[in-house]
Amino acid sequence: MTAVLAPNSADDSLAYRPVALVDLLDRVLATGVVISGDITLSIADVDLVRISLRALVASVGALASPENTG
Amino acid sequence: MGSTAEVTMQRPAPVAGAWLHGVVRNIEPVALAMIVGMDGGPVRAVPAAGLIAVVSAAPLNEYGEESLRRNLEDLVWLERAARAHHAVVETLARRGPVVPARLATVHSGDDGVAASLAARRAELVATLDRLTGRGEWGVKGYLVPGAASVNAEAASAGGVGTAYLRRRRAQLTAREEHQQVASAAADAVHAALCDVAVAGRRHAPQDRRLSGAPTPMVLNGAYLVDVTELSRFTDLLGQLGGRHPGVRLELTGPWPAYSFVADRPDPDGAVGESR
Repeated sequence: MTAVLAPNSADDSLAYRPVALVDLLDRVLATGVVISGDITLSIADVDLVRISLRALVASVGALASPENTG
Repeated sequence: MGSTAEVTMQRPAPVAGAWLHGVVRNIEPVALAMIVGMDGGPVRAVPAAGLIAVVSAAPLNEYGEESLRRNLEDLVWLERAARAHHAVVETLARRGPVVPARLATVHSGDDGVAASLAARRAELVATLDRLTGRGEWGVKGYLVPGAASVNAEAASAGGVGTAYLRRRRAQLTAREEHQQVASAAADAVHAALCDVAVAGRRHAPQDRRLSGAPTPMVLNGAYLVDVTELSRFTDLLGQLGGRHPGVRLELTGPWPAYSFVADRPDPDGAVGESR
């Protein structure tokens, strides 16, 4: 069983536990402190984050093999 | 008008913004020089109000509002950005408490970063204090496919069509019950973990298309755990796994405390201090 967004271990030279992208996105997109500044982008907006997650689902859906939907 | 002291650099429009990774109390410049930021170069410190913001150069042609909107829709870009940002935050977290910034918090320059630090100093200091000596752990719970299909075999009376329909109905009912049991177990596991953790919250269950998990997720919890309580926490998790066979539990972490620095309290109290 290979996860669709499998952890990418190659980029972590320290033998630290590789992180699954989906777990990471839960944290870096949905939470985290928002320090607003002069041009702080509306990226912090929930709306925009939702849009990108939808796009993400769409792109993953396109990448994932269809027989993997058991 | 005798003075010709026009030495101030005439800055045109800024070409590089500052991508905020997080806020720490203190860090040596030497340590920062070894941390690679968003653009491949080292991160740098923006000191203000007795705190230090750790930032990367963020060229506005890639990280300006317009480009950022477009780039966030690009999975490859998003993954690279998320991993680069996380790598910095994680390195900081290994050295001490850090208030992580949400992905894509970009200021047009260091002045903006410094101003935010000054404006939110009290809150940031309080958060740093609260995070000291604590780490975030993730616990995911997946439904375990169980006896759902066994009950369904019992229905055999009647014609082929009726038997099929009955079997199908039994399967659906069993699946629903199974789902309910798993979701109750998830609630129980979360409540029990919150008793040992300093705080706990539940993220939305992950989409299976993203996680690639074979069964639905019923729990996506995050827990802020005192270092001294960590073994108690993991022991408890083991016990909970035995107590609730309908749910497969998975531990991730330690994470920087991404889930426990929300700037606004959640309206439904998702961020709960449990003691």
